[in-house]
Order: sequence, then C-alpha cells, then structure tokens
Amino acid sequence: MSSNSDRPEFPTSAADIAWNVRNNVTSAADVLERHLAAIDEREGDIHAFNIVLVDEARARAAEIDEAVAVGRDPGPLAGVPIALKDNMCTRGIPTTCSSKILEGWRPPYDATVVTRLHEAGAVVVGKTNLDEFAMGSSTENSAFGPTLNPHDTSRVPGGSSGGSAAAVAAGFAAASLGSDTGGSIRQPAALCGVVGVKPTYGAVSRYGLVAFASSLDQIGPFTNDVADAALVLEAISGHDQMDSTSIRQGPLDISRQLDMGVAGLRVGRISDLPEGASPDVAARLDEAFDALRDAGAEIVDVEVPAFSYGLTAYYLIAPAEASSNLARYDGVRFGHRVEAPDTNAMYMATRTDGFGAEVKRRIMLGTYALSAGYYDAYYGRALKVRRRIAVDFAAAYERADVLLTPASPTVAFTLGDKTSDPMSMYLCDTYTIPSNLTGDPGMSVPFGTGDEGLPVGVQILAPALEESRMFRTAAELERRVPQ
Amino acid sequence: MGAVALVVVSDRITPEAVAKVAKLARLSLSDDELEQATHQLSDMLDHFADIDALDLDGVEPMTHPTPIANVMREDVEMDCLDRDEVLAAAPAAEDGRFRVPPVVGLED
Repeated sequence: MSSNSDRPEFPTSAADIAWNVRNNVTSAADVLERHLAAIDEREGDIHAFNIVLVDEARARAAEIDEAVAVGRDPGPLAGVPIALKDNMCTRGIPTTCSSKILEGWRPPYDATVVTRLHEAGAVVVGKTNLDEFAMGSSTENSAFGPTLNPHDTSRVPGGSSGGSAAAVAAGFAAASLGSDTGGSIRQPAALCGVVGVKPTYGAVSRYGLVAFASSLDQIGPFTNDVADAALVLEAISGHDQMDSTSIRQGPLDISRQLDMGVAGLRVGRISDLPEGASPDVAARLDEAFDALRDAGAEIVDVEVPAFSYGLTAYYLIAPAEASSNLARYDGVRFGHRVEAPDTNAMYMATRTDGFGAEVKRRIMLGTYALSAGYYDAYYGRALKVRRRIAVDFAAAYERADVLLTPASPTVAFTLGDKTSDPMSMYLCDTYTIPSNLTGDPGMSVPFGTGDEGLPVGVQILAPALEESRMFRTAAELERRVPQ
Repeated sequence: MGAVALVVVSDRITPEAVAKVAKLARLSLSDDELEQATHQLSDMLDHFADIDALDLDGVEPMTHPTPIANVMREDVEMDCLDRDEVLAAAPAAEDGRFRVPPVVGLED
C-alpha cells in the first residue's frame, strides 16, 4: 500500500480517492469528472457500459462533497466511482442483463450490494455490458454488441463480466462489481489486467442479483490493485437477511492482514491440473511460484483428481439451474412481451424473440439434463461429481493453505475466435469453475504479460472464508510482479 | 486427463428430443435452428461423457456449497415492494393486477 506522502496529486486507486475525499483534499465531483472525461474519450471504442448515469453520479458526488463540507464522513469508499454489472438491480434505473427480454425494465428495488456501496459513500457511474444473463466468456453474447479489450480492441475482454473488467482497465471507474458463476469475474480480470475476486459463496448477498445459477453465483469486485479489492469486498460483504444463503457473520476482515507476507505459508501446486494452459501463461505461473518461494512460502505438490471433471459437472448443473431461473421470463411481469392470442403462445413468442442463441442453448441443455429419463444420467451424476470435487479440494487444503493455477488458459483472444464453437468457449472456464462448484473463494491477480504483450492473471484459491490468506498471497505477488 | 477431442460426429441426442426440450422450455426453433441445436448439444454431451466412467456409487449428491437450513424470522410486519412500482415495470397491467391474454378457450 502506498504511504500518504507518495499519494499522486490526482488519485486513481479507490483507497487513494477515498482518503483524499474524506480528508477534503480532492472533491468527489473532481474525481467523477475525471472519470467521465475518460469515458467520453474512449467509451466509443470500448463499449464497457450499457448506460452511463451522468446526472445521477453528479448528484451523488455533490452529496458526498456536502457531507464532507459539514464534517460528516461519507464512508470508506467516499467519492469512489464504481461501475455495476448490468445484472444487479438498481431501483428505477434500467437493468437489462444485456438481454432483449429485459429491455425497458426498471427494477422496483436496489440489490443489497448497491445499498451497501451507497452507504459506504461510493458513486455509481453506470451499468456495464455482459454476456446475456452472464452466460459466456467473452462478452460477445450481448444483445447490445460486444465490449472490447482496452489493451487491444481487436480482442475480447473476457466474460461474462467483460464490461466491468474493461471499465476498470480503461480508467472509466476506480472499481466495479461483477458476478462469477464459473469464472465470470476472474477470467475477464486476467484478460484485462486487473484484480478480480470471487468471494466465498454466501459472503456477499445475492439479493437483487438477477439469478443465473443460484448455487454458483457470487458477486465480487474488480479493481486496479489488491488493496482496493479488499476495501470494496469489505464494504459489500456480511450477512443479509434478504438472502437465505447469506452466511451469518459480519463483513470480511482482509485489509489489516494484507502486508503480513507469505513466510511459512504452504502454497500448493496442483500436479494433476488439466492441460490447456498456453506456454506464456504456464511460464508466468511458474514465476509466481518462484516469487512466493523467494518471499518465504513453502511450495507443496497436491493432487485434485476430480478437478478435470469440473467442466462437465458445471455445464450440466449451471444450465439446469438456469433453465429453472429463466422460466420467469414469460412476458407477464417484466420487460419484453410479444403479443399473442393466448398465454401459452405469448410465452413462446416472447421467449423465442427475447432470448439470444447462447441463452436458448443453455436453457435447452438444462431442460434436457433435468428431464424425465435423463435426470439421473446427467444432473444427478453431475451433483455427485460436484461432491467428489469438493472432497478432493478439502483434502488438498489439508496440505496447502492456498493453491495457485492459471486464471485463464490464454491471454485475451480475438473477437469471433470462439463464437462458432460453444465447447471451445466453455473451455475458457476450466481453471475457474471448481471454486464455484465448491463455494470456495478465488481471485485473479495480474502477473506480467504473455503473447503480444497482453496481461496474464494468476489465480489464487483458498478454502471457504479464508479470503485473508488468499489476499495476502495476492498482495505478495503484486509486490513481485515481473517487470 | 489429456486434451479432449472437440469435433465429434455424434447422435447422442435426436432432433425429436431437441424439439421436445424446446417445447418444454417454451422456445420455438426454425428447422435450421433445430438442426444446429441438435449438432451442438450432441457435441456437448459427447464432451460430458468423460464422467460416464466414474464410479459414483454411494457419493452423496451436492446441490449446494453450504449446508442450507430453513431460515426463520419473527412474524412481524415489514415493508414490501410498492405495488404500483412493480406493476409499472410489467408489459401490461390493469386494476392493480398483471394483464395477460386469455389462458383458456382459444385452443380451437
């Protein structure tokens, strides 16, 4: 973490912005205008946002500055411009999931994370683009067109939270929130060269997060550095009675331990990790192990035999849950309707017109996996494989405190590369999927560059609710990034 | 596990089964879409056959990452969503209710 004396004149990190705004050094309005200027300059090339909330953000920044002027502390995220993935409900503000079927819908309530960001003094600057209903790994499956990678606009930002990753990478927001069902925060973070965290399942409330796969979905932050990710995660985590799967404990306690280092920490290398990582990514991972060993960590070999079956378990379980969750888009209660003479025809016409190709594919796959005669062979077996994976990880964590893997098998790929072959897109999630199945936390931290000078992310995995040791490892890697 | 072959000619799922699934999911597919969906779902099911060889007898299915119990609270009055605001977000509403086309009587 930077000391106060070397804080830049115009702060860019969330921690620096909040420090400056709380101490009346910089106004929230100035901070916001700098970010809006960045948006004006490059959003046309990137398309990170579905909507930029210029008026709302200006009004909010003014409120923050007034609070500071009268001696009230606006909170730990005072004046920090934050972007929200457009699958988080914002009262009275369009929430589309980048789907035609929700076009025009204005939710009658705020997601809990939105309320908590507000209470922490953050300024929401806009809603970001995603793969429709968070189904995808490139943000190309958006009804409103793809988001492009700020490092190279011929390439994808990853997905499904590609807009949120790109918004931070491009300097449109100091932080953003995404959701991660199979890697949708960690993979785009890796491809855009920012920090991305999927917290322990139940650590952050899902109330107001439009459901994709309820037993896998989790909200988490994107930031420029590890300390900022801790700050944002602390602000949004903690029990919420509106989410029955919310863990009954207070906010995560991470920041205080960030600088503790990794001396004595057992860092696991998974010897039977599925193949598929490209040589540049594999080389950075090796260097990450070396860096942690230099910092005093003990590198241990562990096995997770069921790891490689995660993809299959995930792509049966997630579509099964999605087919159920997305049954609610029937043209009755929200968004889009195609009129027809009777309700059944109206459901059919609305859903056929409103959903994109990938969403339809997953709904059909999930419906099939759950249907009579196939339930035991597909969904039932997938749930047993899920248990196997959880048991194998628990055994690995007997021997290692954290595990390191690639976050994404490759650096950012070119637009259109994987759109014609759904299975090739699904393989992007190979290394991130297991932690959604088990509920354990995982994060991607930038660690040097790979082919074409594009960012590489290293993934750190930890047991449930052990975010603090995961973040300590990330902070150490951040201090030792290859130059 | 080694690399997995991605392009496989398979008939794991028939066009008839895909058409049935689409109907269950209230989706209508053109002939071309049906053919493409059959091909893509077959490819996926081929890939997912990697778990067929696993012995999973006696393994407890895992539906959820954390043990879930019913959550109870005191039966006290609380604010709920504003009805007008909810109905305003619907495609059609009338007299404080969602308005839909006829449910029965038009089949013939």
